[in-house]
Amino acid sequence: MSSDWPLWEVFIRAKGGLAHRHVGSVHAPDQELALRHARDTYTRRLEGVSLWVVKSTDIVASDPDEAGPLFEPAEDKIYRHPTFYDIPDEVKHI
Amino acid sequence: MPVADELADDPLEDAYYDYLLRIGDDALILGQRLSEWCGHAPSVEVDLSLANMALDLIGQATHILNQANNGDGDELAFKRDVLDSTWQHLLFQQLAESRDPFLSAIASKAVKEVAYHRELASEWTVRLGDGTDESAARMRDALDWCWRFVPELFEVDEALEEMIARQTVPDPRSFEREYRAAIGDVLAEAKLEMPADQRPILGGRRGHHSEHLGHLLAVMQYLPRTYPDAVW
Repeated sequence: MSSDWPLWEVFIRAKGGLAHRHVGSVHAPDQELALRHARDTYTRRLEGVSLWVVKSTDIVASDPDEAGPLFEPAEDKIYRHPTFYDIPDEVKHI
Repeated sequence: MPVADELADDPLEDAYYDYLLRIGDDALILGQRLSEWCGHAPSVEVDLSLANMALDLIGQATHILNQANNGDGDELAFKRDVLDSTWQHLLFQQLAESRDPFLSAIASKAVKEVAYHRELASEWTVRLGDGTDESAARMRDALDWCWRFVPELFEVDEALEEMIARQTVPDPRSFEREYRAAIGDVLAEAKLEMPADQRPILGGRRGHHSEHLGHLLAVMQYLPRTYPDAVW
């Protein structure tokens, strides 16, 4: 049953040149079937040209309790944003 | 002269028409059978795999039966997997080279779909055959049951003989050895034994079916019979 199967995180590259993006997860008994389940579940409508699956337990996640020290120091550093440049229209996905 | 031009004068020319009905019905019935699993698989992922394959097959059937019926397949239309997808894959690979432009086009498209069906069905066969005692026993039973229908896939009758003679379609016997070897490989990996040959069930191509077909058709015909004008 699927409850006995490990969880896999699914990443899709929408088209050449773009990065893989996380789209969701699937249950599967092993890595080959995880890829097939990801294909059957998440690429039914031409969503992408490449798939990655990663065992959920292999992902190292940050601790939500440490969100303060991890992320808040960036809040007042607006000079790190490239907002002082004009970005050409041709440049998408920046 | 291209085959399609010859046939254009007489689109329902018997052997060609029969052939379209056969490969169209193969896809339609397996598609309907697979769709019956929807909601019964052990996980939503497997449900989707089965429904995706069913939709591929019903799409193939729609194209083929539409061609057989001059563009209206619904009237005709609403009239098991590793074994069939392997056969379909071998057939469509060759059919993609057909002299007939329609058969060549539909086979070129379908060959990618059935290649995936074949891989998925083979992977599941391996996992279930080489799984638990229970899954292995069920696979053996299923294989034993389905094996008697395999010889019909390679049967050549007069109608098919005629199509083969015109080099419009491949002779299925030309890939029977490859088929048996491919199934043998999957079974070996699944730690399942090749079933012993049984008395084959033949005659489906001539309209001789088991009682299952009546129930199947009743389900398939329910909607158009109850709501003749239904569209979606």
